[in-house]
Amino acid sequence: MAKRIDVDDVNVYYSDFLAVEGASINIAPLTVTAFIGPSGCGKSTFLRVLNRMHEVIPGGRVSGSVMLDGEDLYGPGVDPVNVRRTVGMVFQKANPFPTMSIYDNVIAGYKIAGTRKNKSETDDIVERSLKGANLWEEVKQRLTRPGAGLSGGQQQRLCIARAIAVEPSVLLMDEPCSALDPISTLAIEDLISELKSSYTIVIVTHNMQQAARVSDRTAFFNLAGVGQPGKLVEYDDTTKIFSNPNEKATEDYISGRFG
Amino acid sequence: MSHSADSSTPTIQVPGPFTGRRKNLPVSSLVGARLPSWAPYAAGVAAVAVAIGLRWLLSWTGWGTAFWTAALLFVIGFTAWSFSVEGRRRAKDRFASTLIYASFVAAVVPLLLILFYIGVKGFSVFSADFFTKSMNGVTSRQEGGGLYHALIGTLELVAIASVIALPIGIFTAIYLVEYGRGKFARAVTFFVDVMTGVPSIVAGLFVYTFLLLGFGMRPFGFAGALALAILMIPVAVRSSEEMLKLVPRDLREASYALGVPKWRTILKVVLPTAMSGLITSSLLAIARITGETAPLILLVGYTARINYDPFSGDMATLPMLVWDQLGKRAGTTSNDLTEARAWGAALTLVLLVLILNVGARLLARLFQPKAR
Repeated sequence: MAKRIDVDDVNVYYSDFLAVEGASINIAPLTVTAFIGPSGCGKSTFLRVLNRMHEVIPGGRVSGSVMLDGEDLYGPGVDPVNVRRTVGMVFQKANPFPTMSIYDNVIAGYKIAGTRKNKSETDDIVERSLKGANLWEEVKQRLTRPGAGLSGGQQQRLCIARAIAVEPSVLLMDEPCSALDPISTLAIEDLISELKSSYTIVIVTHNMQQAARVSDRTAFFNLAGVGQPGKLVEYDDTTKIFSNPNEKATEDYISGRFG
Repeated sequence: MSHSADSSTPTIQVPGPFTGRRKNLPVSSLVGARLPSWAPYAAGVAAVAVAIGLRWLLSWTGWGTAFWTAALLFVIGFTAWSFSVEGRRRAKDRFASTLIYASFVAAVVPLLLILFYIGVKGFSVFSADFFTKSMNGVTSRQEGGGLYHALIGTLELVAIASVIALPIGIFTAIYLVEYGRGKFARAVTFFVDVMTGVPSIVAGLFVYTFLLLGFGMRPFGFAGALALAILMIPVAVRSSEEMLKLVPRDLREASYALGVPKWRTILKVVLPTAMSGLITSSLLAIARITGETAPLILLVGYTARINYDPFSGDMATLPMLVWDQLGKRAGTTSNDLTEARAWGAALTLVLLVLILNVGARLLARLFQPKAR
């Protein structure tokens, strides 16, 4: 079910402004890949290209190809809505739907989309997803309570449960822990290690130590200069990037000489 | 300044922060001299006293000059007193505070006076009959009669106008917030803004020319409802737009990321989240047009009878009842009885708007996304 991602020479634009230039990357299924780099280098922008969320922003456009198990996401006639059902996303700030209960939040992917499911099916989905997000034990007694009443870490895990409820092939995470305390961060990092066995995961993180803890391979993005587009500088096994990178810029960033 | 018995540093009396009791604090660079807490009242009394004295001395007639003299003396005198004791910065603060409080009083007092006046004068004519009978057969010199015909007329016309204007307003707002980009959306916003300023008589004239003159029809209720709807649409668009914009962008993104199409996102995420705000803005739009009179003069006319049918014949409405009872419609004058009825109708209008506003708040609370 988890798919591989092959990106070939993608340029990402905001209207006329080139944000990311010539990025190519191959992500194997059932792995965790981390995108690291200084602020504003285009890693979140590039992440959003992978599930066609970039074009939601007015003026956002992409050139190049993004293949999911050989199928080009940007091919002619491809419906972005279908792409987003296959490639799920978790955002930096947890955003459960405020008008819905925890139960409804988890199955929101089906309910809002209008897919009919009977009660026993939705019960199963909710339980499976919440267990998959390590949230079941904490909320199983109060599934009908509003989703916004949970703590920050719980809300984020609720959003992860919501994302995996629709059974995507790939899970994208845009700095999922940057708004959380260390305990919640640890809980989510543990969760990522478990989810790895079912999904291909790509995570953008500002925290280099987190990238070292959690990912199998790491991609380092950097800006050539102010006003220049971001580029994918180096992509390799995490252990190699953090101990013996090929590029000087990578080494400078890892050792904290800039960033 | 007073000197404390056991220390040689000069101290001042300063009102304590919570209890207002005096504390003796040493004058230092941190603690400045302050006026006592009764200072504003003393200055007020002094200003009034001086003004009254001047009035007597200079034989002013009436109280107008004395009032303004007292006000001026207070502002200048109090600021000067503050300046001499507390220093420049505090004096400026006192001056600004005085002006702000005065503005508040000037804004609120007339409003309260109007409400009080309407309340007292209108309430005297309230009775069970007043709300259940019409003016059919009751002349201007007779007692009795009521505003039932006008009440249901107003309610009917407002309901029809809302049914027309609110969906148009909300859907336009959805277009502007969710879809609108480029020239067309900017043009729509511009014209909506222009339309918020259209005088109600102009809206009435528009419908009058089209329907009544154009088709040669006589006044009827629905024409008035149309004009009211025209007045309501821009208000509904603007306020609904603001409410929809308040829905955070990341909620929409969360929905898109789940693979939900845009129209379903609007229907199932954006609208429910904005629901309490949309209800409030709708009820406020309704409250705005409830008392509009000019279109009704042209388009709906007036009758003393009960008329439930908005498509044929004159209908009575509350503003028109006021107008009729004051004699303006027939070109005659009013008397005590008719004036009392007019006040009653005015009070009913005010109460209607009040109920709508309070209802708006209660409904908004009910529909608000809850956190626990």
